[in-house]
Amino acid sequence: MADLRTNFAGIESPNPFWLASGPPTNTYGQVAKAFDQGWGGAVWKTIGEPIINVFSRYGSVDLGANRMMGFNNIELISDRPIAGNLKEIAEVKRNYPKHAVIASLMVESKQKAWHEIVKQTEDTGADGIELNFGCPHGMSERGMGSAVGQVPDYTCQIVGWVKEVATIPVIVKLTPNVTDITYIARAAVKGGADALSLINTINSIVGVDLTTFEPQPSVAGKSSHGGYCGPAVKPIALHLVSAVAGDAAVKIPISGIGGIATWRDAAEFIALGAGTLQVCTAVMHYGFRIVEDLTDGLSNWMDDRGHRTLADVRGRALPRVAKWEDLDLNYHLLAHIDQDKCIKCELCWTACEDGAHQAIRRLPRDNGGPVVEIIEEACVGCNLCAAVCPVQECITMRKVPNDYAPVTWKEYAAGKGKLAPRSEQFHTATWSPSAKH
Amino acid sequence: MSASNPLTDEQLAANFADITPPLTNDAALLEANKCLFCHDAPCTIACPTHIDVPAFIKKIATGNLRGSARVILDANPFGHSCARACPVEVLCEGACVLNDRDEQPIKIALLQRHATDYVLEKKLRLFEPGRRTGKRVAIVGAGPAGLACARDLRRFGHDVTVFEAKDQPGGLNTYGIAEYKLKADLALAEVQDILELGVELKTGETIASLDNLLADYDAVFVGIGLGSTKRLGIPGEDLPGVVDALTFIEHLKTHPYRETPVGRQVVVIGAGNTAIDAVTQAKRLGAAAATIVYRRSEADMPCYHYEYELAKRDGCGFRFNAAPQRIIGNGAVAGIEVRTPGGTETIPCDMVIVAIGQGERTELAWPKDDPRVFVGGDCANGGAEIVNAAAEGIEAAKRIDAMLTGGDAM
Repeated sequence: MADLRTNFAGIESPNPFWLASGPPTNTYGQVAKAFDQGWGGAVWKTIGEPIINVFSRYGSVDLGANRMMGFNNIELISDRPIAGNLKEIAEVKRNYPKHAVIASLMVESKQKAWHEIVKQTEDTGADGIELNFGCPHGMSERGMGSAVGQVPDYTCQIVGWVKEVATIPVIVKLTPNVTDITYIARAAVKGGADALSLINTINSIVGVDLTTFEPQPSVAGKSSHGGYCGPAVKPIALHLVSAVAGDAAVKIPISGIGGIATWRDAAEFIALGAGTLQVCTAVMHYGFRIVEDLTDGLSNWMDDRGHRTLADVRGRALPRVAKWEDLDLNYHLLAHIDQDKCIKCELCWTACEDGAHQAIRRLPRDNGGPVVEIIEEACVGCNLCAAVCPVQECITMRKVPNDYAPVTWKEYAAGKGKLAPRSEQFHTATWSPSAKH
Repeated sequence: MSASNPLTDEQLAANFADITPPLTNDAALLEANKCLFCHDAPCTIACPTHIDVPAFIKKIATGNLRGSARVILDANPFGHSCARACPVEVLCEGACVLNDRDEQPIKIALLQRHATDYVLEKKLRLFEPGRRTGKRVAIVGAGPAGLACARDLRRFGHDVTVFEAKDQPGGLNTYGIAEYKLKADLALAEVQDILELGVELKTGETIASLDNLLADYDAVFVGIGLGSTKRLGIPGEDLPGVVDALTFIEHLKTHPYRETPVGRQVVVIGAGNTAIDAVTQAKRLGAAAATIVYRRSEADMPCYHYEYELAKRDGCGFRFNAAPQRIIGNGAVAGIEVRTPGGTETIPCDMVIVAIGQGERTELAWPKDDPRVFVGGDCANGGAEIVNAAAEGIEAAKRIDAMLTGGDAM
């Protein structure tokens, strides 16, 4: 049985699954329930001077009939008094001493204000502090949240203020709404951060009501850009986690956030360098109970693959994140169709023909045999046909052996190495309006 | 036969309610999103009217129900009734590629109903007549073939007059489809959409000869369907309590349910799809027992397999290899004598419904070699589905238009 116990910058938890700061961590009752159901930690909903929220707060993007593929919010930090939040944090920590309890903080950008809130927080017995430098809406208009996290100097300075008084680990939560997140990450490290968490939500407008022309979520006919999250943002988060984890100037633990809904998502974040995983939207959709399969699935996968601890997995994919110029140009692939599995939908043909490289040929439907075949000399091994095929393992990408040594663009451009011959046929598409396609 | 129906009005209404309820909006969205959007889709190929099925389903998925219905009805003016009565198991749904992934096919018929119900409910007008050509076409028979032809001729701009012998248009859609699949008011609403394009309809007019029409019109389309049910040719056939299937079904569809007489013990002779319609509806009308009597074996039954399954689910009985010899009774049906491999035997019953197929129509002969005479539907194909009739009517409209305008029938 895999060991899921986690030590993250000195913060211990029974497993790496933490609730991210947000609506699910607003109260004692929610966090206690989550811990009882198996969550390893919780980052409390951001505490600061209480705000007043609007009523309509969340917007959702469906994909086909699937709900909440993407999700956004214009909710602000906690609307409850600081004292009440701190009292409940203390109570949770007292009743769940083995779970990670992290206070997320956001106050105005004044040294005194930060000193005060940090000291008050430490009195609760919380295991750590997360600085919310990422919230992209509302609070940023008041000079907080992403307004801090988008400027390296501000980030460094406020982390420094916090570290002047903090004795527990300080995690800096980064915004993705920047050109290069590593600059902000390095600034946090320079300020003394013990760990990073990313990503916070992405600036977004989730949609427009086509009857009223109100952007969503609508508040009395108007809306504001909000923070985008949910499964749709996972690839962006994976990239940014890998960028920070792979940055030699960072080298502090990373808590991965962004669209994590399954143990597979979690394993990918860990493989790209995440030490813990934070989950919010998936819980808002399906409830705390999802932690059962998050831990069970991760544990079973680790057992199946022979990984005993999370350290065995962490960062395993990072060395494989390369610059494009370091990729092997002599690695050739060819699409292969398993005709026994083909259900003859011709989606591969139409995708390749219109959307890629015209490397699939249609055959007459009436002879009962195959209806599509790969034109090998035209196939560039792009993966599109395999991506659109609705049958698992029907279209696979197969390596085409050649006798040429690997050569990267960097090498080739420098006059080193030889390119293996390519028989790609370019621009073979023909079209006449009268042809029946 | 008992004079009063044993069922309550509520039971009867439930028995004849839609056998497949419409999809909810949520179910339609879920189903539409399951469609793979095949290229050169087998479902479209399988449909005699070649409705672009993936296109109309995609439009349901995007919430474009009007556009979806237009795709359907553009290809098939009888998209409403076909959504309810088409044998999709052997056409579009049977061809769905998901069958090859060992899954249930997309519910194409129900999605088609979802889209077409929307335009019916909203009373949306999807088509307009074409610019008037001054050419005049007569259509004999207001069934699916004739009206499909009429619809497209109006879109081409020709004047169209339809002659119908019965009181109501729609042909078997109005009078002959099992009540739990398609009700007459829906069939008539569908016809009304076509008539509103400016089709002149003359009901109660039996055409005995095309001579006058050919004198008055530029072209004539004949879509008169088939004749009445064939006779058994056995003793006792004229006893009270013996009825042919089409008459039985027509009565059921044009009267309050309890006014259609039904026996306690009903025997239906024949095993085609109409026989199934008759036996299930006899059972649903309240017969204590309703049994198919068929002279050949189970494997020889001409009905679709799913229709057989439906009849079994309805609790109908089946007697195979039982050839009717005579209907017994003194002033009323008392039983039917059949020859079986084990000898002659009498099946007691108080009603016999004859469903051994329709004969050809003999009332009207039409010239086979006149280039201005076109023909389609059951009278041309020997008896097929609504969708075949519609396809033939549409095809004829193209050919008529080409002839009248000197163009090519595409």
